[in-house]
Amino acid sequence: MERELDFERPIADMEKAVQKLKNLTGDQKSDLSDQLDELQKKLIERKKEIYDNLTPWQTVQVARHPQRPVVHDYIDLVFSDFIELHGDRCFGDDRALIGGFALIGSEKVMLIGHAKGHSVEDNVNRNFGMARPEGYRKALRLMHLAEKYNLPVVTFIDTMGAYPGLDAEERGQAEAIARNLTEMARLEVPIIAVVTGEGGSGGALGIGVGDAILMLSHSIYSVISPEGCASILWRDASYNAHAAEALKLTSKSLLELGVIDEIIAEPPGGAHADPQRTADEVKTVILKYIKKISSRSPSKLVSKRFEKFAAMGKFTS
Amino acid sequence: MPWFIKAKTERDSRTKLADEMWIKCQQCNAHVFKQDFINNLSVCPKCNWHGKITAYERIGMTLDVGTFKEINENIRPDDPLSFVDGKGPYREKVEQARQKTGLNESVVTGLGKINGTFIVVAVMDFRFLGGSLGSGTGEKILLGANYSYDHKLPYIVFSASGGARMHEGILSLMQMAKTCAGIARLNERKIPYISVLTDPTTGGVSASFAMVGDVNIAEPGALIGFAGRRVIEQTIKQKLPDSFQTAEFVLEHGFLDMIVNRGDLKKTLSYVLSFYNR
Ligand SMILES: [Zn+2]
Repeated sequence: MERELDFERPIADMEKAVQKLKNLTGDQKSDLSDQLDELQKKLIERKKEIYDNLTPWQTVQVARHPQRPVVHDYIDLVFSDFIELHGDRCFGDDRALIGGFALIGSEKVMLIGHAKGHSVEDNVNRNFGMARPEGYRKALRLMHLAEKYNLPVVTFIDTMGAYPGLDAEERGQAEAIARNLTEMARLEVPIIAVVTGEGGSGGALGIGVGDAILMLSHSIYSVISPEGCASILWRDASYNAHAAEALKLTSKSLLELGVIDEIIAEPPGGAHADPQRTADEVKTVILKYIKKISSRSPSKLVSKRFEKFAAMGKFTS
Repeated sequence: MPWFIKAKTERDSRTKLADEMWIKCQQCNAHVFKQDFINNLSVCPKCNWHGKITAYERIGMTLDVGTFKEINENIRPDDPLSFVDGKGPYREKVEQARQKTGLNESVVTGLGKINGTFIVVAVMDFRFLGGSLGSGTGEKILLGANYSYDHKLPYIVFSASGGARMHEGILSLMQMAKTCAGIARLNERKIPYISVLTDPTTGGVSASFAMVGDVNIAEPGALIGFAGRRVIEQTIKQKLPDSFQTAEFVLEHGFLDMIVNRGDLKKTLSYVLSFYNR
């Protein structure tokens, strides 16, 4: 593990011990093989224990882990034959939000996702997955193309938020997101949205209006970042953990609030501990929902999606 | 009463009286006689600064007299997250807002007429938790759209909001998708939807129903934008000009059809709707 989080230290220590035993040679090794088995079993248990009991703020850190799989990892591990389609036909091509034709199993889909990177260089190139209006407009263009070609849309959500920059405001960040929300509401092909890392506010929702909304177990989805919330409502950014708790931004909370349809389980130690296993699970669940939703007629699909979002919220009357 | 306390009390009551009689314009700093300001639709007669007005004041100056019929007025906030922040529980803030404004939510919705044309209207009120988009707000705006849809009546929404309501977490965010889903159905049935953006229309409200009008109209000087000025300044590490995110800036960049003085809004809305030829 390249960068361990505080609460992952016990795991890292045990992993080192396991590695040490594994590195032994010959007789020494066979003598200690029972001990190795035991330690490995304990390691899995400990990982599970830690990851089953993450606080919301720890979950935020896992969701932002630099080694957490990003959309390009999923393109390799979940999909095959991805052909990227570029540009919004209006201003430019946003590398922070990508899309294209792809195969998942034998299903042809339109894949759209925020693109974070693992390295700083990669992240700078991708603007840390924070899209500009041209990103949202490209996404919408690809969704309309998917509608024309009768392909389900699969979106991968992983962004701190839409890019808060001068140029983004000038080119209508608000309008771009608003347009997507409006158009996605009536798109006549299935839309499956998967929150894989950070679901940051309007920038996440801009590709998130799905017939099925899924979340990886240690991803987050929130109206505002814990830091932003803390600085506004506590007037102190150090109240991050309080804000993370109050915002109810974990997958478990969102399931309880009726916002998402299903939690995709991550392996013990989180998605970054075993990207392949995570991807296999993601693939299985996406295919399940494609199968389920594709049976709906276009009019049924759109009316069910409307009902789904119309029912969201809790108020008194 | 000792003289100095008496003098202070007199001074305080004089200041209070002055506060009641005069208003200081937030744009040109002129002191304007309050009654003149109100008679001028809460617009500064010296510099045309458009002050914030309440939802009912807006309804009073926009709809034909005696035609407004409120709908869904009992919808009010719940507390889905049992939210408590540094300043206390959300429930208390809601109660304070209800006491202060006499409103149940940050939007008032209803039916009425503009120069004889039947319409459905939603008017946000900034005094109620900064006009924030809570579940109740989203529900009322959607139900307004649904009424338009069912009865084929034009829908006019006046926005005045700082954005999503953090205290309702993800459910607040989902109101953006919910309200837009309502507007999308109006597009499908080809029912007019006019958005009037007033000061301020930012964050989650600008990034949902407020920006997707058939015609987007703003009041002069209104703050309109997605991200907050401070966040942007911190991100790009440069100072933004005063004109940034004003209605005039947004018009210049192509996201508004027009900027209309408050006194001309009713006439303009009526004229725009007269072109609906179905
Ligand atoms: Zn003035």
